[in-house]
Amino acid sequence: MWAIEVEDVVKRFGEFVAVDRISFRVRRGEIFGLLGPNGAGKSTTIRILCGLLAPTSGRARVDGLDVVTQAEQVKRRIGYMSQRFSLYEDLTVEENVELFSGLYGVPRERRRQRQQEVLEMAGLTAWRRRLVRALPGGWKQRLALGCALVHEPPILFLDEPTSGVDPIARRQFWDMIVRLSEAGRTILVTTHYMDEAAYCHRLALMDRGRIVALDAPAALARSLASVAFLHLESSDLWESLKVLEREASVERVTLFGAGVHLRVRDPERARERIQRALHARGITISRLDVVAPSMEDVFVAVIEGGERNER
Amino acid sequence: MTWRRTWAMARKEFLHIRRDPRSLLLALAVPIVLLLLFGYALRLDVDRIPMLVFDADGSPQSRNLIARFAGSRFFDVVGMVEDPARIRREMDRQRCLLALVIPPDYSRRWLRGERASIQLILDGSDSNTASIALGYAEALLREHVGSWQMSVLRRATGVMVNPPVDVRVRVWYNSELRSRNYIVPGLIAIILMIIAALLASLTLAREWEMGTMEQLLSTPVRPSEIVLGKMLAFFAIGLLDMLIALLVGVVFFRVPLRGDPLLVLLMGGLFLFGALGWGVLISALVRSQVLAYQLGVLTSFLPAFLLSGFIFAIENMPPVVQAVTYLVPARYFIVILRGLFLKGVGVELLVGEVAFLIAYAAVVFGLATRCLQRRLA
Repeated sequence: MWAIEVEDVVKRFGEFVAVDRISFRVRRGEIFGLLGPNGAGKSTTIRILCGLLAPTSGRARVDGLDVVTQAEQVKRRIGYMSQRFSLYEDLTVEENVELFSGLYGVPRERRRQRQQEVLEMAGLTAWRRRLVRALPGGWKQRLALGCALVHEPPILFLDEPTSGVDPIARRQFWDMIVRLSEAGRTILVTTHYMDEAAYCHRLALMDRGRIVALDAPAALARSLASVAFLHLESSDLWESLKVLEREASVERVTLFGAGVHLRVRDPERARERIQRALHARGITISRLDVVAPSMEDVFVAVIEGGERNER
Repeated sequence: MTWRRTWAMARKEFLHIRRDPRSLLLALAVPIVLLLLFGYALRLDVDRIPMLVFDADGSPQSRNLIARFAGSRFFDVVGMVEDPARIRREMDRQRCLLALVIPPDYSRRWLRGERASIQLILDGSDSNTASIALGYAEALLREHVGSWQMSVLRRATGVMVNPPVDVRVRVWYNSELRSRNYIVPGLIAIILMIIAALLASLTLAREWEMGTMEQLLSTPVRPSEIVLGKMLAFFAIGLLDMLIALLVGVVFFRVPLRGDPLLVLLMGGLFLFGALGWGVLISALVRSQVLAYQLGVLTSFLPAFLLSGFIFAIENMPPVVQAVTYLVPARYFIVILRGLFLKGVGVELLVGEVAFLIAYAAVVFGLATRCLQRRLA
């Protein structure tokens, strides 16, 4: 049996189609990522699966239960972390955990023990009596995850769980997710951080309400075998961008960290031409190497491929 | 519905209130401030009306008339003027509300058996007080003339003549006609309504604004449990407020409580449940705290104040407004409160009012729950 099954789900808000006939299935214990820009329909999909929104049409099952007709049973088996931090800031760490263990109906005899386990897992035992307001962002995220896990749900929905959290805290957070998956929990996570997508076992790339590609991260990257990527760092990045956008051997320019990623067909030939073009403008190149495609490169390539097919 | 989830919600609300001392202070200070304001400042009793006298006659007859006013507890003769123009000046300065003008021929006409006239001037800018003062003055003058007629009759016939009708007035339930006795019980309804408007109308709107509502709704907690849990917490505060109001009213203002105090609390609880339900209903309909608060004041506090018969008599309102007052729960609760406080009646005489409050609470709670449910889809 699948942990999550989505079949032809559509969600319209008036004229706007937020989710446009998507279908996918998630295995038990899998970390399944929904990746895409803002407005792609990731959050709407998660909210439908959590029983917070009713789909306009189509069917979705979570742990074998229909999200519309069996919403209450579904809610007992899932944990949900919404995009915005949404615990109570004027309550202490402990009080928040207690609240959610009450709302999820954790049996009285298990409650104390579960609360302690959750605080331990989130590394917040020492801060249990602190007001949530006073916690740093990364800790709040761990607490939110803890609250979503207090009733030991087999399935977790995380909607951009690490937005606004510093890189080290993000790293720690993902370590926790990986451990949860290893312990057999299914995790459906949305993100727009491309580097996080690499933690997922499988990824669905979403764009304007549709799933445009679905595969393991490495397989998605391999599908771009016919192209190569160059990483460029130079003395004048903006000027380089302008020059390279007119350069015929470069298919696509994207900002990436302190430099730009260039998508090319023939890396050796392109390299020469780029060096010449930038040199002519008096720009010094500090780095120009062939690199493995980032998830962002993959994403852009897939979406552009989709657009070409539409035309 | 499970008690565990409802209690988890209620506990959380208690914690919110405890962590926000300002709102707790407000919830406890509001009844005390209102009681002091209304108990002391709002007095509808009119007595010691300041008056001026212009006596152009200066005769024993005119002095006799003036002495009548001076001897009454309703009037306070603050001065005699030589110049009638001063009356206007003094009235403009609000030094007097009433002026008595006795013309120069008053005693001459009186003694000749002709019709003597006097003039009363009233400051009508406060029409309510002016009409009450006029009533007192007319009664006083009627008595003055009547007793004179009796004495004339007695002198002429030589026999003791008694007035044909002897009116003996007994006022029941509020024998001193103290307005405080009828304002303070009504005030309990107003206080409970303010608490409901202040606290309950904000509660769900705050959850929507903070984004915490979505987290709540992702758990198995049901809308009815959310609504009930929140109401429980505010209910406790409301009951506390009611106890404060009862104590201050009975101990401090010496308002008689002739009925069963437990019955007062029970009825208060019933009213409070409906009032809180209304607050939560508004909160379920509106997602912004500012709007919810304004709607709360507009739809719960103002009608309770203006349309409940608390101060303004419902009988004097235009028929359309009177019809509206039937939908204001405070109207029924105030009848119950006055019945319990002043008359000491039992529930058996208040069945209609109690039935309305029960129906109101049930309908409003059901609507609040349903509205919260509808917001999800």
